[in-house]
Amino acid sequence: MKQTVKKSTWAVLLCVLALLAAVVVLENVLDPNKNIMVFAALKKGAVYALVAVSMNLLNGFTGLFSLGQAGFMLLGAYTYAILTIPAAQRDTVYYIYNGSAVNFSLPELFGGGTAGLVLGVLAALILGGCVAAAVAWLIGLPVLRLKSDYLAIATLGFGEIIRAVFQWDKLGPVTNGANALKSFPTFSSFNIQNAAGETVLRLSTFTAFLLAGICIAVIVLLINSTYGRAFKAIRDDEVAAEAMGINLSKHKRLAFVISSFFAGVGGGMFAMFANQAQAKTFTTAMTYEILLIVVIGGIGSVSGSCIAAFLYVAASEWWLRFLDAETFVGGVKVPLLRNGFRMVVFSVVIMIVVLFFRRGLMGDKELPDLFKKRRKGGAAK
Amino acid sequence: MQYAISILLSGVSLGGQYALIAIGYTMVYGILRLINFAHGDVFMVAGLMMVYLTASLPLAVSVPLVLVLTVLLGFIIERAAYKPLREAPRMSVMISAIGVSYLLQNLATYITGGLPQMYPEIPGISATVTIAGVPTKWVTVVTPVLVLVLVLALTRLIHHTKVGMAMRAVAKDFETAQLMGIKINAVISVTFIIGSFLAAVGSVLYFTNYQSIVPLSGSLPGLRAFVAAVFGGIGSIPGAVVGAFIIGLSESVIKGSSWSIFSDAFTFALLIVILVVKPTGLFGEKVTDKV
Amino acid sequence: MKKFFAMLLALAMVLSLAACGGGSGSGSGDGQTSGGSGGKTVKIGVFEPATGDSGAGGKQEMLGMQYGNKETPTVEIGGETYNVELVYADNASSADKAPTAASQLVSQDVSLVLGTYGSGCAIAGGPVFGEAGLAAIGVTCTNPGVTAGNDYYFRICFLDPFQGTVLANFAQEKFSAKKAYLLGELGNDYDQGLLNYFEQAFDGECVKDSFPANTSDFSTFLNKAVAEDCDVVFCPVSIAYSTQIVKLAASMNLDIPILGSDTLDNNKVLDAAKGSSVQLYVSTFYQEGGSPEFDEGIKAWLNEDSTAMTNNGGDDTIAAVTAMGYDAYYVALEALKAAGSTDKAAVKAALPSLTYTGVSGAIAFDEVGDAIRDTAYIKTADNAAGAWTLETVQTAK
Repeated sequence: MKQTVKKSTWAVLLCVLALLAAVVVLENVLDPNKNIMVFAALKKGAVYALVAVSMNLLNGFTGLFSLGQAGFMLLGAYTYAILTIPAAQRDTVYYIYNGSAVNFSLPELFGGGTAGLVLGVLAALILGGCVAAAVAWLIGLPVLRLKSDYLAIATLGFGEIIRAVFQWDKLGPVTNGANALKSFPTFSSFNIQNAAGETVLRLSTFTAFLLAGICIAVIVLLINSTYGRAFKAIRDDEVAAEAMGINLSKHKRLAFVISSFFAGVGGGMFAMFANQAQAKTFTTAMTYEILLIVVIGGIGSVSGSCIAAFLYVAASEWWLRFLDAETFVGGVKVPLLRNGFRMVVFSVVIMIVVLFFRRGLMGDKELPDLFKKRRKGGAAK
Repeated sequence: MQYAISILLSGVSLGGQYALIAIGYTMVYGILRLINFAHGDVFMVAGLMMVYLTASLPLAVSVPLVLVLTVLLGFIIERAAYKPLREAPRMSVMISAIGVSYLLQNLATYITGGLPQMYPEIPGISATVTIAGVPTKWVTVVTPVLVLVLVLALTRLIHHTKVGMAMRAVAKDFETAQLMGIKINAVISVTFIIGSFLAAVGSVLYFTNYQSIVPLSGSLPGLRAFVAAVFGGIGSIPGAVVGAFIIGLSESVIKGSSWSIFSDAFTFALLIVILVVKPTGLFGEKVTDKV
Repeated sequence: MKKFFAMLLALAMVLSLAACGGGSGSGSGDGQTSGGSGGKTVKIGVFEPATGDSGAGGKQEMLGMQYGNKETPTVEIGGETYNVELVYADNASSADKAPTAASQLVSQDVSLVLGTYGSGCAIAGGPVFGEAGLAAIGVTCTNPGVTAGNDYYFRICFLDPFQGTVLANFAQEKFSAKKAYLLGELGNDYDQGLLNYFEQAFDGECVKDSFPANTSDFSTFLNKAVAEDCDVVFCPVSIAYSTQIVKLAASMNLDIPILGSDTLDNNKVLDAAKGSSVQLYVSTFYQEGGSPEFDEGIKAWLNEDSTAMTNNGGDDTIAAVTAMGYDAYYVALEALKAAGSTDKAAVKAALPSLTYTGVSGAIAFDEVGDAIRDTAYIKTADNAAGAWTLETVQTAK
């Protein structure tokens, strides 16, 4: 038994490495402009995969229905942005407030250059996660006592409150009020350039994958640990779990804080993807989007969430875009196609998944499980 | 003084409109234990239907037609999106509700093309009236009265008719009610029909006051109404009404103060405080968890 | 065995993604060459919101470009005639959708990009264009952050600091205002930026309020303006809110003049004020009558094309953003001509020195890429006729 566990772990690790290698190769082989959609979708997909997995940890594995994800992402994104905007750019970014109250930038504190960039970005992302986690701990104290849908609506309200606070112009010197924070290092900053400023090695998509991959791996390890088993026990039956000696409030709080930590990191990565951080982006609609990804992937499946994130992003922002354009086939206008139709089709598809494929893509299975099942089935024949 | 009266007036009329939506939430929650996220969007769709119908039909026809169509919409949503999930975990139903809300909003964006739509003037209640020196619309005066009448009628329905009794039974205990021969699905449909009807009435009042409709018009009043329902004690109709007036008034007062940017945040903060301190709300009954 | 399978699956996934991307990429490439038999095609990207809260404005802006394209569908580049094709990408007025929408345009091999209506999306999409070496011409994004620090973003409109100052001056000159009530949407950089500049330039007291997104009850705010005895109300909010506010002001017979920014220059707002006693003044880029030829042509087109009419809000009043979109289209053509090639690098190089006189005035770029403009039109709503009339032309001081 132990042997197989080890084997499959190695297999998964190998796959992930192969995937990362493939990303690097593809990004450098393909024409970056013609295929920019691939990489934009991959980057956003990676970010959403991380956020979806973090939400799944809470909703799928611990059975706590929280809708505060966008709020925690906002915390992470702002922390990341505030800590990494180069000092020289601060006056331009905070032009309304005549400069920022925070006058250092982590990449510069770490000595600038490539090492400074890597360390600074990592530190800022982790700090972003920590801020989100700390806030989660605080609001978890009262909120986690609530039952399922009350918890959902309370966390949803929390997201709205956070947004209002960050948009408050009295905090402007720190948060830049309503204005977007920008000019901080993005994924593209990780492309390696030569002295002439030409890009010699593109690593932007790789960076997104690597960061998301590490975080997801940590979550997977957590899920497979005793804590993870305790989470699942709580999800399946709170009373039974308590009877087994699991400390309910401690484990719930732990799940909430960890999930928020990774949502915060995901928020920082989202800012890196979007090239800016602005509170009005992190709306309830964003939480719903992530929730739908979790549902499509299967509540309680990490690999499901990952696959669904890529599919969702690619479908909604790329493959289905043609539905928005008025199209003429042989001189006849195709009916219905005009702006907004894409989202209608998309939401109908989501409703179909929610209603008829309730288990989503993967149910509560993981990718490796699928292969196991198939082999067992084959043996039985 | 005038200013204070104007705040009071706008708070009362907001409260009345929230109350009509909140009743829909509270009834559905009382029976299905479901936060019907799509309810606010049904309210928005009712507004849009009015815009499109009055474009070609006289008001006397289009108002009743809107009421009927909204009721139909509520009924269809329940049958299509919630009924198949009756046995599923509560989370799935709630996700389905979020899905419906997403669909309605996207559909509205598609049909209106994202342009704000102007709600038609309704003779009588659209006219301006001056109360204590403050100009306002007749609808502000009509709203609380109409809400009272509707709520009284509804309470009569619930306490003195067979359907009402069935609804109370289902809300008390879903399974036992079923065993007693109550047609659960019919009762749930009636609940949605009543909820949607009140939402449609609410939308007429609300949009007569605030005339432009965008696809997201329903989401905020919807959430506020839900908070009101929780505040009053979910499942309790008088609770929802009282809660709605409190929420409406406090929203108005905060907007009038220098903390206007936190008017939304305050509503939600209030929600969290209530949930933590007194989860049953003002009038809610104590529910004990069954193992 | 299973690790082999898993690996295969993972690789297949990545490859299929890439294949799709490659497919669409080469597909658009084919389109360009196959179109070559009847004349070559040059693509101009239109990076505008068609949905979301600035969808209405985005559509009007696109109308200008579409009309320009209809009027002049070809351009002479380096001695050859090219057909101009507009390629659209909806950024949904949302900064989180903007990078992918921008990427979509980059992948379709456009020569330059026009847009966008709102500044938030321009800031989010800007770096994508910058990285791809693609020049973008902002049409009505007035936030200073759009062009600052981005060599590839240009714009043909004036900036928020200018507009805020102009309106503050106007309020003082016309109404001798001593106290102003400022109202904007919470968290909207456009509203808050203008409020801020207005406050800075306004020599008097300001009462400032912000409302959360999706608010529809503005009666308390307007009543506050009355109670505070303010001389003017300044509300540079998006179209959806401004119709609401103006409508409300009309129904309560507000006698305080309302000042608005370019977003309020919209026929929906005009409709809301029609038949009432509201005094509405907006600062904008273009006033109908500025170029009779353009007015006539676009009105004829609007009346002919029902889709265009719907996108314009149901009547043929010309919004300033439409005129700006029209000018942006011609600036793009000029840039292509000056570049003498459809190559995006050449187009980018040609832009800084470009000058063009459009219907909204003379356009030239300064070193940041902003238009050198010192004129704003202030117009007022004629509520009896339901039309705009020119109040004054303001220049910066």
